[in-house]
Order: sequence, then C-alpha cells, then structure tokens
Amino acid sequence: MSYPLVALPVAATPYADKVDGLFWAVTGVCAFVTLGIAFAITYFCFRYRSGAAADRTLPDLAAGKSRSRRIEATWIAVPFAFFLIFFAWGAQLYYVYDDPPGNALQVFVTAKQWMWKVEHSDGRREINELHVPVGEPVRLVMTSQDVIHDFYVPAFREKRDVLPGRYTVLWFKPTLTGVYPLRCDEFCGTGHSMMTGRVYVMSRDAYSRWLASGSEEPSLARLGFARFRELGCSGCHGPGSSIHAPSLAGLYGQMVPLADGSFVRFDDAYIRDSILQPARQIAAGYSNDMPPFAGRISEQDLLELTAYLRSLANTPPDVPQGNHLQ
Amino acid sequence: MSTVTAEPALPETESNYLANGYSLWSWLTTTDHKRIAILYAVTITAFFFIGGAAATLMRLELISPTPLIMGAETYNKLFTAHGVIMVWFFLIPSIPATLGNFLIPMMVGAKDVALPRVNLLSWYTFILGGAFVIVALISGGIDTGWTFYIPLSTRYSETQVVYGVIGVFVTGFSSILTGLNFIVTVHRLRAPGLTWFKLPLFVWAIYATSIILVLATPVLAMTLVLLAVQRVFGLGIFDAALGGDPVLFQHMFWFYSHPAVYIMVLPAMGVASEVITCFARKPVFGYRTMAYAIAAIAAFGFMVWGHHMFVAGQSLYASLVFSFLSYVVAIPSAIKVFNWTATLYKGSITFEAPMLYALGFVGLFLIGGLTGLYLASLALDANLSDTYFVVAHFHYIMVGGSVMAYFAGIHFWWPKITGRMYPESWSRLAAIVIFIGFNLTFFPQFILGLEGMPRRYFEYAPQFQFLNILSSAGASILAAGYVLPVLYLTWSIRHGSRAGGNPWGAKGLEWQTRSPPPVENFDVPPKIPQRPYDYDPQAEEAQRQ
Repeated sequence: MSYPLVALPVAATPYADKVDGLFWAVTGVCAFVTLGIAFAITYFCFRYRSGAAADRTLPDLAAGKSRSRRIEATWIAVPFAFFLIFFAWGAQLYYVYDDPPGNALQVFVTAKQWMWKVEHSDGRREINELHVPVGEPVRLVMTSQDVIHDFYVPAFREKRDVLPGRYTVLWFKPTLTGVYPLRCDEFCGTGHSMMTGRVYVMSRDAYSRWLASGSEEPSLARLGFARFRELGCSGCHGPGSSIHAPSLAGLYGQMVPLADGSFVRFDDAYIRDSILQPARQIAAGYSNDMPPFAGRISEQDLLELTAYLRSLANTPPDVPQGNHLQ
Repeated sequence: MSTVTAEPALPETESNYLANGYSLWSWLTTTDHKRIAILYAVTITAFFFIGGAAATLMRLELISPTPLIMGAETYNKLFTAHGVIMVWFFLIPSIPATLGNFLIPMMVGAKDVALPRVNLLSWYTFILGGAFVIVALISGGIDTGWTFYIPLSTRYSETQVVYGVIGVFVTGFSSILTGLNFIVTVHRLRAPGLTWFKLPLFVWAIYATSIILVLATPVLAMTLVLLAVQRVFGLGIFDAALGGDPVLFQHMFWFYSHPAVYIMVLPAMGVASEVITCFARKPVFGYRTMAYAIAAIAAFGFMVWGHHMFVAGQSLYASLVFSFLSYVVAIPSAIKVFNWTATLYKGSITFEAPMLYALGFVGLFLIGGLTGLYLASLALDANLSDTYFVVAHFHYIMVGGSVMAYFAGIHFWWPKITGRMYPESWSRLAAIVIFIGFNLTFFPQFILGLEGMPRRYFEYAPQFQFLNILSSAGASILAAGYVLPVLYLTWSIRHGSRAGGNPWGAKGLEWQTRSPPPVENFDVPPKIPQRPYDYDPQAEEAQRQ
C-alpha cells in the first residue's frame, strides 16, 4: 500500500474545519514574519557587509533615541495586536466547544495499559473501536484504570487526557463518514505506541444495522440496577427503605443542596465522588452514614451505577426503581 | 581582523590561569572560576555526547514504522535518558556554568565569583547528581520520559526511577548554588563605576537566569521528593487511588520546567547580543529595552506553566488565563529578535564563525518562537499537544536556539579561554552543516505533528515513514556537525595561532586582559567604558580604507 508523502488528516467535524481556519491564519502571519525577518537579515548582511560602500551615518543620540523608541513601540504594539487576535480566536473556539449539547449520545471509555474499552449506553461493548452515527453529537465520558492516557482523534482535531480517579469528557459531532485513527497521546508505558484504534463514523442506516447486529447484552443501566442491589445501595436509597437516605430518582442533572449550604450538580463526577468518598459532600438534611466505597468498587461498577442513576433522571422518587428498565 | 591594535606583546611563559598547576589535583581542587568553567565544559560535553548517542539510536530506530533494532522497552528508556541528560546535565548548566562562570567575574571587573569555594561545591554536586543518573542508566534505565508523570512513575514503572529522581534532585542544588553565586557576584563585585545599565546584556541574561534557578529549582526538588516518597512508601499526595491528584504533580513539575526553558534560552540571548554587536561593529539596538525584555521574560516565564496542561484535565478558566499569559511572554521574545535584526542595520558586518552561529541562532529561535504561538492557542494546542509538532517546537528553541548560541559563545570566547584561535574555515563549515542538519532533522517533525503523529511513539503508522526518514537523514548530518567542533577545537588548543588579548576588537571588559587571562583576571584594573557596546561602524570602515 502506498501513501502520499505529506498529507494532513481530513477534517471530519465542523469544529475541525474551524480549527483548520485558525491554523492557516496563524500560519499565514508566521510565514510572513519569518520571510520578512529572513529578508531583513539577509539584506542587511549584504548591504552593510564590512568593506561595502554604504551610508552608515546614524542620527545623533537624542534624535536616535526618540526614533528608536517609536520603532520599538511599533514592533511591540503590532505583534501584541496579532497575539490578542490569536488568543481570542483560539479561546473562543475552544470555549464554545467545551459544552456538549444535552442530547449527545453518551459513550463510556475506559483506558488501560494498553487498550481502549468502549461501552455504549445500550450495553454494546467494543475494544479499540468506536462506532458512531454521522451527524449526531457524541459525548465520551472517559476514565483510566491505571496510568494517564489521552484519547486523540486527529480527524477531529481534538484530544483529552484520560485520568485515573476521575472523569474527563470529550465530545464531537462528525459530519463525514469514514474510518479515522484513534491514538493514545499521553505516554503510558511500554505499549504506548500500540494503544491505537479506529473511530467508525457510519451513516445512520449502517449504524442501526451495526447496533442490531450486536449480541443481546443488557444495557449499562440494567447492569447498574443489578449492581445497585448487589452492593447494598438499594437497602438505603431504594423506595420504602426505613433508613434515612435520599432517594436518587429524578436527581440526575439537577442541582442538589449540600449540608454546608452550597449546591452541586448531580452529575457523573458527583455520583462518582459520593460513592467513593461520601463524607466529602453530604446532602442537606442527611447525616454521614454511608461507608466509603473507595478501593472496594471497580471502574466498571461505577460506570454501570452511573448509567443506572442517569436512567432515573425523569423518574419520580416514589416509583419502584428498576421498573422503567424492563 | 583589522582592529587588533597595540596589543602588549606578552611572552608565552607569562603566568596565566591555565599555567597555574598542571596536575589533575590542581584542577580538582581549584576555586578559580575560569578553571571551574572548564571542569563544567568537559563534563557537560561528555553528557552531551551520551544524550546525543541516545538520540542517534532513536532516529535510527524510527527509520522504520515497525521494530528495527530494538524493542519498545529499550526505545522508551532511550528517550527518557536523552531527555533527562540533555535537560538537566547539558542544557541547564550549558551556558551559565561554562561561559557564565568564565565570564561573569571578568565582565563585572572582579577577580573571581563572590563565593569561589561554593562554586567548586556546585560542580561536585553536579557530578554527584550525574553519577546517580549514570547508575540509573547502567542498572537498567528509566522508562517514564523525562517528565516522570504520575502514576506511571510511581505505581507502574518497574525501572530505576528513584535513582534518576535522586540524580536530578541532587543536581538541582548545583543549579541553586551557581545561581546564588552569580546573583551575589553581580550585586557585590561590580567594579566601581560599572552601573547596572553599563553591564553587558550577557550579564543581565545570566543574572535573570540565576533568579529563576534560585526560585524555581526548589519547587522541582520538593516535587521529586514527594514522587520518591510516593513510590517508595506509598504516600498518596499525587495518587488518585489514595485520594491524591496526579494533575497536581503536573502543575508542580511544570512550575519548574517551564521557567527551565528560560533558564536555557535567556543565556543564549545574552550570547547572541554580545556576538552580533561585535561582528556588526554596532551598539546593540535598544539596549535598555533589551535589558527590560530579559527581566520581563524571567518574570512572566513563571506565570505560563499551565499551557502544558490545556488537555490534561485543567479547568477551562485556568487554561484561558494561561493561554493569554503565554501570548504576553512572547512579546519580549519578539522584541529581542527585532532588535538583533535592527542591530545589523548600518553596521560593518563580518562573518566569522561566531557570527554565523549567532545568526543561525536568531533564525532558528524565530521559528521556535513563532511555532510557540500555535501551542499557546487553546484550540490549536488541543490538536497539537503531545504530538511531534511540540517535539519540533521545543527542539527549535532548545537545540536550534540554545545549542547554536552555546557554540557561538564557545567560538567567540575560545581565544580568550585558551589563548588560541580556532580554525576559521572548519568552524564556518561546522556552523553551516549544523544549521542545515538541524532544519532537516526537525522541520519534518512539525509536519508529522500536524499529520497526527504523537510523540514518544516507538511504532507508527506507515504513512509517517517518509518524513521520519527525512528527519533521520538530517540527524546524521547534524551528528557530523556536532563532532566537527570537538575535533578542530581540540586540535586548536595546541596548534591554533596565538590569539592575543582582543582578536575581535570587542568592547567587553573581558577583552581588556591577556588571553588566557592571569589567575586574578586583570593585571591592571579594567577601564569602565562610558556605555556598553561602544562600537563605531563608520570608524571601522574608515580604518579599513
């Protein structure tokens, strides 16, 4: 198989196109400056080489001072103006991009030395591959089981570190079907350069067929419901429990009050923290009775429990939990 | 050059610092700043070639997208060794500890640094740290990268991380002591009448560097101690599994390691200012602005470390601030490039080897600096971070910039240090070979990064092979370019023509004394000039005719 000698990756998302726009703008300015300086140095070196006849009279000290002040002020102000534009342009793109749309398809990614484990909300699992439909926003919720990794898809012009002990989020809305390389971009040990994969951006039809072709696996939320009972969560947080613990139905995405008077969003990170270290953020009106699960629960269990609580987002607190998954 | 005027003809046997004892013992117990400079020069040259050998093997391996001469484990150990040695055992001490040690006391008109014995202690500390790193390499190497990111370096790596960390920790004290010594020397030992704004920019640069060394290195030391304690005793400051935070480690690491870039590049800027003014025969354009720019780089350099962590899980708002400040710190660097260029205007320019190296420095530093503008931008960095684009960028700054300037300085002051001239043609040839080899090695890496090749990849996608071969070919030229000076400079120590006190007709105080200088630097107190860089291109031209 032959390859072009030099080829920039395709831009598979509208965001990637915008990043490329900024890239070419910065490149234009930098190329202009490089050529300008190179020309000036070459010209001066030739014109004012020792022995060459040239006018070398400099203005007297006072006039020279005010002139060089003006010159210096110019080449401080002009670059600074360009820098401000570069800063604002890059920051604006990134800032607007930072917030994924609410309707994004949620996919969980667990990195470990040296593979990517991907779980879709319906329970479909993949390794080193990610299938997504074209034209839909996709939100990756990522964590690592060991060292720091980095999920990098050059075609999306985006990457994000994947850390142990917390979630990071990366989202994209691919508009071009195709197969794009996925690479780990944070050095993670011996097999770092083998920790690669593919992102398949598929037409809606192809994606539906791919979804349907999967083996019958229970959804993450259903697995999470099972875990909710096995681990004893339902004993306190389930409906009808005699223990004074909050019902978790209908909370996902809401702001909840804490005992110290502050509020926190009930999201993936808060769920994770509250399972691992419940004492750190106690909900208002409750006492710290829950045992910490840090070190006693796997990343997989956490993902499943989170998916379950997420599925309860629109369930009223008094409905028997789990029923909506049947 | 034509300006060698009325040089007092001193006999060869005249006592000088080199003739002040020939035994190994006399060198190992010296407190003469000039001899300590040479001790450093010899040691860091050895480290440069160890680090260079690691790079050579890496470039050889990367000719092929699949394993060629080694396994992934070996490759990872090689780039770690390359990074650790080049950063801490070559680049950081390079200009300050050799040229700085040799020149700072002479440039301020002093007999020695303020604390000569502490100066020797610095070198021994450096050697002790280096010994730990060599032990780490011999006993199996380290595979974490020079950045020692946690938890890879604490829980998962099975290599000699602790030896390496101790080596870097110990060497840090050498940096601190050297920095402290220069600060005290510049404050206390300036000759009467030599005010701050009469100092050469090289002194300004080394002074600013020293402040960074003294303020930043302790943070690195603390960070490495915490790393070692976590690895050995399981203390969980940075360990997510124990409630710690691995990103905190990165903050602390880069709080040192970003200013460290300025430790490497400020002295290079100092050298460039000395050399360009001398061979353009013209006072530096905007002396005060240049001095303030040095101070501004040192100050703002402390506030931009977070631009290494835009995609690391740092808060968006922190990233916005760091992005903005990174553009701010680019301003004084831009000023310096413009002012060097303007210094050439209406000069009387000659092109001896130091000038070629210095002009090469300006060009490569310019490209390194401009590509930094991409990485300071949030949206562009989120694509380019940790790719070969970054590798190319920082090699342009640290190798294209600092190493070129180091060579410019070594050639410029070689006559002063050894009393002998280097061979001019060979030196010019080496400067050109290095410039070409460097660009061929590292320019393709910008494109590799844009194509999406991550750094620290042992194997890579076949589409990247062409540019990698180009880069490796360039590296072989670059290697030849680096070996040349070792050969002809060594040759010149015995066979070079005698230099005389001031072969360049340069204006710094160090040129007012003999070459090699006497033990106490000056036979008669140096005359303090009215202003620094008091060159006159018109007089120069008139003299030629």
